[in-house]
Parts: sequence; C-alpha cells; structure tokens
Amino acid sequence: MDCFRGLKIIFLIITFLMRMDPAFAAGPETTMDLVPNDGTEWWVWPLALFVITFVMGILAVLGGVGGGVLYVPIISGFFPFHLDFVRGAGLLVALTGALAAGPGLLKANLASLRLAMPVALIASSCAIIGAMIGLALPTNIVQTLLGVTILGIVVIMLTAKKAEFPEVEKADALSSALRICGVYTEASTGQKIDWKIHRTPLGLSLFVIIGIMAGMFGLGAGWANVPVLNLLMGAPLKISVATSKFLLSITDTSAAWIYLNKGCVIPMMVVPSLVGIMLGSFVGVRVLKIAKPTFIRWTVIGILTFAGIKALTKGLGIELF
Amino acid sequence: MEIKNNGVNEEQVVYAKVLEAGMYLGLAILFITFAIYIFGIMKPAIPLDHISTLWSQPVHHYLEEINHNFLHLEQGPTGWTWCTLLDKADFLNFIGIALLSGVTIVCFLAIIPVLLRKGDKVYATMALVEALILILAASGILQAGH
Repeated sequence: MDCFRGLKIIFLIITFLMRMDPAFAAGPETTMDLVPNDGTEWWVWPLALFVITFVMGILAVLGGVGGGVLYVPIISGFFPFHLDFVRGAGLLVALTGALAAGPGLLKANLASLRLAMPVALIASSCAIIGAMIGLALPTNIVQTLLGVTILGIVVIMLTAKKAEFPEVEKADALSSALRICGVYTEASTGQKIDWKIHRTPLGLSLFVIIGIMAGMFGLGAGWANVPVLNLLMGAPLKISVATSKFLLSITDTSAAWIYLNKGCVIPMMVVPSLVGIMLGSFVGVRVLKIAKPTFIRWTVIGILTFAGIKALTKGLGIELF
Repeated sequence: MEIKNNGVNEEQVVYAKVLEAGMYLGLAILFITFAIYIFGIMKPAIPLDHISTLWSQPVHHYLEEINHNFLHLEQGPTGWTWCTLLDKADFLNFIGIALLSGVTIVCFLAIIPVLLRKGDKVYATMALVEALILILAASGILQAGH
C-alpha cells in the first residue's frame, strides 16, 4: 500500500518535472548546451527552483538523505542550468544544511569532532581533487558518471543494513592512539552509551573515494559516510548520522571553494535553492512526526532512480524521456 | 582528557560556538544582499533579464560572455575578482557565500589554542593542517577546468 502511494507521488513529481524540462518542452532537437531563449521571464526558473527545492527539503528530511544528493541529479536533469553551476549550487546547498545542523549536533555530543577530524582531513583533500577532476572532464562524461553514481546510491539504499549499536569488541590501535571514543545519552531510553570504533585505517582509506566523488559531482556524501562510519567502523547509528552531517560542512567547504573560484556560482540559483531547502527541511521535521517511513523511503528511492536514469541518458545523449 | 559541558569536549564546544556565529552571520548577510539584488536597490553587473540566457552555458562560456558584454575586465571574474565588484548587487551576494564557505577555517583555527593547552599536539596539528588545506582551496591557487 505504501509502495503504491509512493509510486503515485513519484508519478506526479515526474510529470511536473518533465513539463519543466526544457528539452521536453522544446522537442527532440534541443541539445544540452543550447541557450533556452524561449521568451520565458527570468524569474520563472528561480521561482521553480524555490518550489522544487522546498519539496526536496521535505523529502530529504523524511527520507534521511542530504539535500545535495537529490539536488544535483534533479536540477541538472530537468532545469536549463548547466551542470557546472548545478554542482556549485549543490555543494553550497549541502554545505549550508550541514552548517545549520552542525552546532546543535556538536553541542548534543552526537557529532564527534574527534571522529570527524581525521576523516575530514582525508575527505576534504580528496574533495578538492574530485572538484578539479570534475571541472576538467567533459560535461557528458560527468553527467553519465553522475547517473551511474546515483543509481549506485539507490542500490546502497535498497541493500545496506543499519546497526543501531554495532558490536565493537576492541578499539583498533589507531583509534585508541587518537582517542576516538565517546559517550552519549540515548534520548529514548535515557541510557548512557559508551562507544568506540574499529577498522579505522580501512574506514579512513574509503574516504579517499567518498571525498573525490563528493567534489566531482557536487553531492553531499551522507549516503556513503553513514554506512562506512556505522557498518564498517562500528560507530553507533546516531553518532554516524550526526558526524556524517557535520563532516559535510568540512568536505563540501573545500570543494565549494574550487567551484566558487572557478566562477561556477550564480547567486540567482544558489539563494532560492538554499531558502527552498531550508524551509522544506523545517516543514519536513514537522511532517516527520506523522509520516510513514516506508512510504517516504520508497518515494525517495523512486525519485532517485528516475533522476539517475535521466542523468545517465542525458550524459549518453539518449532521448529516453 | 578534559571534559566539560555535559560530557562534550571543550574544543568541540568552542568549534560549535564559532560555527554557529559564522553560520548565522553568513546566512543573514546572504539574505540581505539577495534582497538588495532582486528588489533592485542596487544595480547588478549582469541585468536580471540576461542571466537566464547565460546559465545554460558551460562556465568558461558564461564567464567570457559576461566579461565581454558587461564587466570588461582583463580576465573573467574568477577567484577573488568578485571583491572588486562589490558595488554591483549580484556580486555583493558573494560576501555571504564566502562567509559560509570560510567559517569552517575559522573554527579549526579557534580550536588550536584549546588543543595545545590540553597537550593534544596530534589534534592541534590536524586542525592546523585542515585549516591550511581549506585556505589553499580558498586561495584560488589551485586551478581547475579545461
């Protein structure tokens, strides 16, 4: 039933997005880099951006994903903006969301600075490299790789398990030396949870790939951070989610500067997106109390699948829909 | 390890406070400057009705177009060139964007004295290196693109 309702919502969103897609509106001869000088008033696109990012903000909170992972494939697939600017705006959207959440998560001791710092050192350096690679590659290749990545994220969302309190028998030597451990109070039970991590060298090495992908595609990397921190390194789920969110404020900062210095930031795209996502997130938090998680999860998975296929076909120059 | 504030490390509290202040300041400036931009209180460098004909082009074409038609600079507005264009409403927005992108650097610099006072040289070094990496990214020295 939830799956059916999810499909219905996805269908409505897809119909709306396809009506906005300049290629869809202009016919099959429209190419990716063509200037859509079709007489549309300048304010239509920022307004449409605001409306769509507002919906994205709600879905991102409910679906437990970052705004960036929805933003880049959907906006690059269905809006007339070039991928260079979409990636720049996507990074700033993910960055601002992380900056807004960071102080509260750190003060509540849910995000761990000691866990985040070594990870951030690797991920932010690699995000710079990723951003430089992404800006050097031809657009169609980045768009194709983006589609493949988004479809990969869908597979991760469908298959990855979560462990609320993973069993860590013994902290490894590196995490012991760095004193990466902590205590937090589980709000639902009032229980104090002592946590530590293991497999630190392997976990840190995976952040090389995560950082490069975040910088290359302008995506927040929560979809990859959480499984590595939680399932591989053994941090409790809440610590993993909160530290991942905080981590984005560092990783995305380094990549955002590369895009900013390159000229890939247009305020008329960035600000409506930021406001839309932030307002949507506020509404999303309220809706979260009454929403059914399974239904939301299927909706987000459906939208990501569609956006991933759209990015892939657009990159390959196939006019599928 | 010195623990304060309900089990939260001192450096974590300092980081959170700096981050919070920078984030609110950056957002406030971004919203004010954007209002100045869209309500026409100051003139933009690129007229609003032209921007929608430019944003579908790759960044290097976009920069060439706006420089040739509106800015007339020796080079396109990359790196920190926006600082010289703050009398234009569209480029004024970059103050807030740069603040939001730069607050993390300040956070790392702010926790170094706390970490050194606690004798945590490893994390103090890590914070310094992280700040330097972010400063390098922000400097514009690293060139990307075609």
